[in-house]
Amino acid sequence: MKPHVLNAEHQPESFEFTKANKEEIKDILSRYPAGKQKSAVMPLLDLVQKQVAEEGAQANPPYGGWIPRAAMDVIADIIGEPPMKVYEVATFYTMYKLAPLGKFNIQVCGTTPCWLRGSKDIQGACEKHLGIKTGESTKDGMFSLEEVECLGACVNAPMIQVNKDDYFEDLTPERMVEILDMLKAGKRDEIPVGSQIGRKNSMAITGATTLKTTANDTKPAKKPVAKKTPAKKGKVKK
Amino acid sequence: MPKLTIDGHEIEVEAGTSIIQAAEQLGIEIPRFCYHDKLSVPANCRMCLVEVSPGPPKPQASCALACGEGMVVQTQSEMVKKARKGVMEFLLINHPLDCPICDQGGECDLQDQSVAYGFDRSRYTETKRAVKNKNIGPLIKTIMTRCIQCTRCVRFGEEVAGMNELGLLNRGENVEIGTFIETAVSTELSGNMIDICPVGALTSAPYTFTARPWELKKTETIDVMDAVGSNIRVDSRGNEVMRVLPRLNEDVNEEWISDKTRFAYDGLKYQRLDRPYIRKDGKLTAVSWDEALAFTAAKLKGVDGKEIAAVAGDLVDVESVVALKDLMKGLGSSHMDCRPDGTKFEIQSRADYLFNTGIADIEQADAILLIGTDPRHEAPLINARIRKTWLQSKVKVGLIGTPVELTYPYEHIGTSPEDLESLTRARSGFAKILKDAKNPVVIVGTGALRHTDGYDVHALAKQYAMKIGAGFNVLHVAAGRVGALDVGFVPQKGGYDIFKMVNAGKKDKLKAVYLLGVDELDTRAAFGTETFMIYQGHHGDNGARHADVIFPGAAYTEKNALYVNTEGRVQQAKRAVFPVGDAKEDWTILRALSEKMGKTLPYNTHQELRNRIFKEFPHLAQLNTKPIEALVASEHTASVGNKAFQRVVTNFYQTDPISRASVTMTKCVEAFIAADQPMLDAAE
Repeated sequence: MKPHVLNAEHQPESFEFTKANKEEIKDILSRYPAGKQKSAVMPLLDLVQKQVAEEGAQANPPYGGWIPRAAMDVIADIIGEPPMKVYEVATFYTMYKLAPLGKFNIQVCGTTPCWLRGSKDIQGACEKHLGIKTGESTKDGMFSLEEVECLGACVNAPMIQVNKDDYFEDLTPERMVEILDMLKAGKRDEIPVGSQIGRKNSMAITGATTLKTTANDTKPAKKPVAKKTPAKKGKVKK
Repeated sequence: MPKLTIDGHEIEVEAGTSIIQAAEQLGIEIPRFCYHDKLSVPANCRMCLVEVSPGPPKPQASCALACGEGMVVQTQSEMVKKARKGVMEFLLINHPLDCPICDQGGECDLQDQSVAYGFDRSRYTETKRAVKNKNIGPLIKTIMTRCIQCTRCVRFGEEVAGMNELGLLNRGENVEIGTFIETAVSTELSGNMIDICPVGALTSAPYTFTARPWELKKTETIDVMDAVGSNIRVDSRGNEVMRVLPRLNEDVNEEWISDKTRFAYDGLKYQRLDRPYIRKDGKLTAVSWDEALAFTAAKLKGVDGKEIAAVAGDLVDVESVVALKDLMKGLGSSHMDCRPDGTKFEIQSRADYLFNTGIADIEQADAILLIGTDPRHEAPLINARIRKTWLQSKVKVGLIGTPVELTYPYEHIGTSPEDLESLTRARSGFAKILKDAKNPVVIVGTGALRHTDGYDVHALAKQYAMKIGAGFNVLHVAAGRVGALDVGFVPQKGGYDIFKMVNAGKKDKLKAVYLLGVDELDTRAAFGTETFMIYQGHHGDNGARHADVIFPGAAYTEKNALYVNTEGRVQQAKRAVFPVGDAKEDWTILRALSEKMGKTLPYNTHQELRNRIFKEFPHLAQLNTKPIEALVASEHTASVGNKAFQRVVTNFYQTDPISRASVTMTKCVEAFIAADQPMLDAAE
């Protein structure tokens, strides 16, 4: 994890929430008891990041969601706390971005299960294909690459997360490159979310092992077409 | 009232007391870094671990664990010792081994506690982290690599000083104290962060690399930079004051002091008067004591007592004022005043000019009315008390005067005496808050008393305070003022006050004026060109510039003397160093002059003078106690105008000859005040 530094040359002078988001703020603040509005700091920071991401997607060159300092000052005003309190929270959490980044933020999970299943190769494929190192962004503003800790999809390791919500699992270096190209080509919707080998949720790779029948379904559950695990060709010693 | 056992000693404590506090009551030492008894408890350093049963079989942070009935606490068990060693080892992982070049060396909590509770060697061989130093102004030097993230400075800023620029940024091994955006820490109390920093991360910038604590002579004395009378310790080496630190006094300054008190000491080295001077052919010329005294005696000889006046300034001690008063009486003069700033008020009893509620008792207040005062700059420690009260009980504060940024919210009621008058007649708004309050407090500042309607404002505020049953308080800015008022250094029967003296001076009716440390007044303009002016003081400032004779006196660190703070608390200043050059303690100068004039004052030693003072003013013998004085109702019918109250302290860092001579204070003006007032830049 790299400490947050203020990238001053990119700081906008001011920040304003959109009309829709101003309504959203009212809703967020109403979730907390009277006098405890400062607890809204985290959803508000998230809201800023979302708004900047929406603006960034339309921009040329594009950029991803991040939190300018001016926005933190606006939040401090809204919740009635000194700006420092907002900076403290924003710098504590890694998913709040305090410097501009690419439109697609590729977060490669590098924690043990993913690492055992080849996350380093996925990361290497990204670095090679995008021509950047982990922690950097591409010049065209499309991609940022970072390594993150466990995202909780270990069963389908290795996996990546793109921006806030999209998980792409069961990756191979080749598939990773395909995904990057599709994202760049604006074909995000054509990439299936979740497993890239057709596995359903976190079902075992060889198909269902339990609960093969349900009460309504007396027929045995259809075996999913499991992609063959790339077995090593060549002679196997017996 | 839970009863528990700590290391075999049974103790009963008030509910809510933490184990670390209970141990302190028993005199058992528990090491700590982040815990500070004046700040909130974050429990993040883990140094105060103890073994508690019943409870989980692991060490507990004693600062954050409240005492429970029947607890058995071990502070010296094997588990505790091992835990402390472990914590110590972790803390030292990223702490540099630069003690030999660290200013905290010798008085460092980390150093002391690692000797007492740590391992004798390190097992850590990896690289240490380095943290960029922060620029937070000219007073505090930061070496952030030494920081152990106890967050005492952050909590001090938030809770005591009301300053939120500092915070704890990032996390894990990247965590650091910082301001995020570079900014100077703008509070009048910032220097206290140096004291509470348990390591050498925050050290005093002016004191950098000048002395080691074991070389210093420590003198416990009293501060004169404002009328609070903060208890301080002056550390000196040879005849030089090296630094000023606070002393604990819960009733006055707790354990904080203002930046002016702490950092203005270098002013004691510059612009000093070290020899007597007399004006010869329009030029001040250095002469011997004999010559100066003889010259003065000759000038005053044959002058009618009615044509001599005396004024006492802001930093005067009780002894010298009494000696001057005795001398003036000997000369037959009744023209004396200790209020060269032109404050006016009726004196029926001591309570008329004291801060009667007391500084500590502000914490009991539930409504405070500030009249013509800006406590943040006039008395930062009283302001800190009000902030503390606001934090604890959301005390309601109303201000009549120039709106300024205090460190707590307040209601701005008005700006002029008229607004005060309408408040006294109002039934709603803040008047209702004051009326309904259980412990209302009225604080009248120097700005109100200096006003042309000062006399009426004082009477009005007093009458109002008595009507609503509020504590009536006068907040002075001059450290010597209350002492001089206490010994009656005011116009005697038929005597002139400062206004009449100025009038008489301009009409050449005054032949001579004795100015005892009067520096806040343009004396030549005030008393006219013909008046013979004798100045006695320690700095070549406004008073000395126009004088015909200069007697070099002693500054507050150079004499044993009594000072009375704004509460009426008599405190004793002790001599830390000797006066510079030929300068002498102030009362001895007056004694010597009286002898030369053949009106010898009847005391030869300091003790004889003290005895004489205590005989006439027995209340001054009550050292270190806050007096309880009764208010006497005023019959005065006040009529006031609508001219706004003026701020008294516009430049906090330079209010007296000592701080004006201080280089550190000049730097502060550049960093904190000039930035806000571009006009000062143009003047430079």
